[in-house]
Amino acid sequence: MIIAIASCKGGTGKTTLAVSLALSIGKNIQLIDSDVEEPNDHIFIKPQINKKENVLIKVPKVDLNKCTFCGKCSSVCAFNAIAVTPCSVNIFPELCHSCGACEYFCPTKAISEVDQVIGVIEIGAKEEIDFIQGKLDVGQAMPTPIVKALKKYIDQSKHTIIDAPPGSSCAMVNSVNDADYCILVTEPTPFGLNDLIIAIEVLRKLKIPFGVVINRSDIGDNKVEEYCQNQEIEILMMIPFSRRIAEGYSRGEPLIESFLEYREKFKNLFMMLKDRYG
Amino acid sequence: MAKQIVIVSGKGGTGKTVISGAFSTIAKNKVIVDADVDAADLFLLLNPTNSKVTKFSGGKKAVIDLGKCVKCEKCKNNCHFDAIDEDFIIDEIQCEGCGLCAGICLSGAISMIPVDSGEWYISETVYGIFVHAKLGIAEENSGKLVSLVKQKAIEIAKANKSDWIIIDGPPGIGCPAIAALGHTDCVVVVTEPTLSGFHDAKRVIELANHFKLLVKVIINKCDLNQLITEEIERYCIDNQIEVVGKIKYDETVIQSIVNGQTLMDYQVFGQKDVLLNAWNKIVAAIN
Repeated sequence: MIIAIASCKGGTGKTTLAVSLALSIGKNIQLIDSDVEEPNDHIFIKPQINKKENVLIKVPKVDLNKCTFCGKCSSVCAFNAIAVTPCSVNIFPELCHSCGACEYFCPTKAISEVDQVIGVIEIGAKEEIDFIQGKLDVGQAMPTPIVKALKKYIDQSKHTIIDAPPGSSCAMVNSVNDADYCILVTEPTPFGLNDLIIAIEVLRKLKIPFGVVINRSDIGDNKVEEYCQNQEIEILMMIPFSRRIAEGYSRGEPLIESFLEYREKFKNLFMMLKDRYG
Repeated sequence: MAKQIVIVSGKGGTGKTVISGAFSTIAKNKVIVDADVDAADLFLLLNPTNSKVTKFSGGKKAVIDLGKCVKCEKCKNNCHFDAIDEDFIIDEIQCEGCGLCAGICLSGAISMIPVDSGEWYISETVYGIFVHAKLGIAEENSGKLVSLVKQKAIEIAKANKSDWIIIDGPPGIGCPAIAALGHTDCVVVVTEPTLSGFHDAKRVIELANHFKLLVKVIINKCDLNQLITEEIERYCIDNQIEVVGKIKYDETVIQSIVNGQTLMDYQVFGQKDVLLNAWNKIVAAIN
């Protein structure tokens, strides 16, 4: 079973939930941190990393001896990643989507694809939890190829928890789109509600079943709860605010280790989801 | 030319939007931008009116006319995104709109259709002109939409002879963040004293350094963990970055959001001087 943890808004508790769920299950589980721009699960899991693999994308390279500066590559590039002048070709790798159109259409076969490293996938473990995270190199623009590469590590013989990045565009969509179920985390504020509605629209479009966890449930207002009730969306858990939880979080302590009562709650949540969607 | 100030954080939820709201209230003669197009929230504080709406199409998607398709499989075999299946159905999510398939299709069965990727707005607020956007559901190209709203704000600022452009940035360090902080005059990194907040702030500071931009730091909820706050301050000293403000954890911040008010307008908020000082330090550093 694949469970994704997502939230359009950042800082609502995705990491807390993903880590808590993985630790409460304890074995036969893999935790994949798919927030490759800012992966944080490792701070709480403290895994031993055993293997690192670079993530490569293909970018074009021009052989100027063969190039006639005809401009075909530039005109077929949908991403404005190539500019051709009468005597030079400028490639902007950060805009390149590695589609291969320039290479394919070059009439003189002057373009070849070369590998460029954009980040790394780190594979490790913490006791019986398999841990995998992607990390985008600083200065690189595109997280999605790393998110896609991470999914190749999904082990069907185990349960998988995917900690998705914030937002609602490509990297988030690609993180959640193979999940059997998605847990949306939010907070009871107008920001939390506004972004929850966006996340729900994404999941409905992708046809992924979901439920909501309201974190810091006693701050703000009760509009998130009302919204979920009106929309008949299941509220899976409420986690009230506590300064001690926030302080534990600040030090990188997993919620279920500082607050043992949550261990049982997360275990039950997982069993319930497994019964229904596993 | 108007000076551009972008508020980023790396990690989400550290307080970018409330600080953007506060700076939008303090700064005079400015244009305000919400560049977090994936999850735009600043409008909830600025209460915009009279929005002028424009559709945004960030790219195209391939569509196959199965009546014309001769099933040669050329498109399928050459697609770098595995977006075309055995039945020649295109996976909308995987298709990046590169147009390779349309270009090589022998029977002219594939066309590239512009997709509706969201919309953007020029609105009025009591604080000034506000440029914001909403990305279409599960659409890509948020980086392009960020660049677009920024560009519009620059044009408006030029026409109105504005002094400042205040940009509420997205989380992360990828394309939307790069688009938001590119060519700005100051990058304000809002962080919090948590190991993850600090970890993520360092990555976005590295990104700003990569583009050789002026960086200032605000530590939000600074009393949540004194030790990490000190660690952040040491890091800033070592890297010659000025910490322009430290805001204590304050429950009234949440109430100001619930009330739909900026921190400067919210009567009960007691740390307005901290934000005012932070703003003055940023202004002094830019000038």
